[in-house]
Amino acid sequence: MAANGTSVSIQDLSLNFGAVSVLQTLNLDVAEGEFIVLLGPSGCGKSTLLNCIAGLLDISEGRIFIKGKNVTWEEPKDRGIGMVFQSYALYPQMTVEKNLSFGLRVAGIAKDEIARRIARAAEILQIEPLLQRKPAALSGGQRQRVAIGRALVRDVDVFLFDEPLSNLDAKLRSELRVEIKLLHRKLQNTMIYVTHDQIEAMTLADRIAVMKGGVIQQLDAPQTIYNRPVNRFVAGFLGSPAMNFVEGQLETGTTATFKTGDLTIPLDRYGFDGAGNKSGPCVFGIRPEHVAFGEVANSMPFATDAAVEIVEPMGSDTLVWTKLGGRNFSFRVEAEKTLRNGDPIRIGFDPARASLFDTPSGNRM
Amino acid sequence: MSDHALSATSSNLRAGASGPSGPKPRHMFSRRNIFLYGTLVVVALYYLLPLYVMVVTSLKGMPEIRLGNIFSPPLEITFEPWVKAWSQACTGLNCDGLSRGFWNSVRITVPSVILSIAIASVNGYALANWRFKGADTFFIILIVGAFIPYQVMIYPIVIILREIGLYGSLTGLVIVHSIFGMPILTLLFRNYFTSMPEELFRAARVDGAGFWGIYLRIMLPMSLPIFVVAIILQVTGIWNDFLFGVVYTRPDTYPMTVQLNNIVNSVQGVKEYNVNMAATILTGLVPLIVYFISGKLFVRGIAAGAVKG
Repeated sequence: MAANGTSVSIQDLSLNFGAVSVLQTLNLDVAEGEFIVLLGPSGCGKSTLLNCIAGLLDISEGRIFIKGKNVTWEEPKDRGIGMVFQSYALYPQMTVEKNLSFGLRVAGIAKDEIARRIARAAEILQIEPLLQRKPAALSGGQRQRVAIGRALVRDVDVFLFDEPLSNLDAKLRSELRVEIKLLHRKLQNTMIYVTHDQIEAMTLADRIAVMKGGVIQQLDAPQTIYNRPVNRFVAGFLGSPAMNFVEGQLETGTTATFKTGDLTIPLDRYGFDGAGNKSGPCVFGIRPEHVAFGEVANSMPFATDAAVEIVEPMGSDTLVWTKLGGRNFSFRVEAEKTLRNGDPIRIGFDPARASLFDTPSGNRM
Repeated sequence: MSDHALSATSSNLRAGASGPSGPKPRHMFSRRNIFLYGTLVVVALYYLLPLYVMVVTSLKGMPEIRLGNIFSPPLEITFEPWVKAWSQACTGLNCDGLSRGFWNSVRITVPSVILSIAIASVNGYALANWRFKGADTFFIILIVGAFIPYQVMIYPIVIILREIGLYGSLTGLVIVHSIFGMPILTLLFRNYFTSMPEELFRAARVDGAGFWGIYLRIMLPMSLPIFVVAIILQVTGIWNDFLFGVVYTRPDTYPMTVQLNNIVNSVQGVKEYNVNMAATILTGLVPLIVYFISGKLFVRGIAAGAVKG
């Protein structure tokens, strides 16, 4: 496996259903052995993109390369991909073993080779005791494991996952999430993973592609996307509880400041992107965990007084809602802090950790 | 302390155990049951009465029938009318009873059912899963075909069959039945295959199965219920057909229904009610048996467990 070679390359891909444009001149390069997550709300085209890569949908324009080979017109089976579906899509009338071997039997692979591959996949996924069962006799987690096994036995370079954990309950989901990560470490295959779950995206991905309206908004490492979102959509989509947004004016003088109502936030510590710092309407965003509270707030470059409105205990920590510049504003405190509605508090933050977006375009400044 | 309080409460409750507890008692002669079963019995009687009269009459001799007590059970049970209906009743020149028509009907029904279902299931599968260009138009045309009255097409089909030399043969009738079964069966199969999870089809494509591979190895094994429905529809429909049978066959290849009509509606000689009844029951027996055998398969869901947990 050549390290850092390009595994999947999508070039100027467009897809139209009649007059509706689902994907618009999309470009994406996935490195060998990389784990890419396509993340976005429903209808953003992420599953459609995956189906295009798999060859299950005919594209309108552009080209798709897998391992340097132009597969734009190839059948799914000839693309060197394995796919795992949200609904598992196991063949109900076949046993687990037959499910795993179906593709190999269709391809006319020798019996002992089939047996060898099934044994390996069953061992990796720990489904050996289930081989003679039918899918109906398996639990959701077991079914999804078999579905992953079906991709595994194909001995392919690229794994495609289409929301594989969405049908599982929360506990199983986090278990299988870890298993998929371990599997990736063990196999070192290229994996493209579609999800709308930001936690799956953050935990699994080497890089996340955040999609909206058939366009990749940002393609970057999870931490970069989380800390430096390129636009307001990405900022609001990632993070739970969500980022706080305050609308106001950017004023550039000797030092840049953000003004909303009677609040003035100094921005001399904020790292502007390029030439984005022009005066005008903008949105100030800061994540709830970047807000300091109490004594610590006073040591921050910006601090102000507020009053507690609602307290949401979450177990590991507590989310407190207040008002800033007339807007709802939330921040996190340790679970041990006991706050009551109406308590006066002092909050502060470091604008260096904030994100500033141009109001008309929504882009990061 | 709170534990103590809790157990005290529950023992208090247990002490005063006079209120309702456990399963709600059900009374056999509740008003609801009387209405429900009463209605069912009345409706069942209404539908079974004609059958009863038929069976009873077919087991009587003619002198007993002439007494006119159609509801009374036979005084002397005789199976002679059944034997006569099956092997001796005369239709036209042939006097070998319904047996000839029975075998004709079998020779018509079996190939027609197999042929029409085989073609329609592939049609439905292609329409549901392989969305070719013009698939919707094709489907609409097919459905419109289901609404055209058969009578309009009888004469053109006579000419077509004559031209290709199949008029009057069983083969011709088999083809006619297969064609006329196509719209409704294709609709049936298309809707069934559409309801199957799309991802199953996609998974099979990724696994490398082609058009026939997916149809034969994935779809077919999952479609037993819809095949049973189609078989029931076609067997009863084709077996009970009279119009096509009388138009497209000759007297020696008449299906059972046409022969039955010729026996029952004969205007010469004595009306042998017992033979007529026996002949009618014999003709109706095949669809009846099909319903009894396939009833259970009808409701069985094979695809259960394929998707979700």
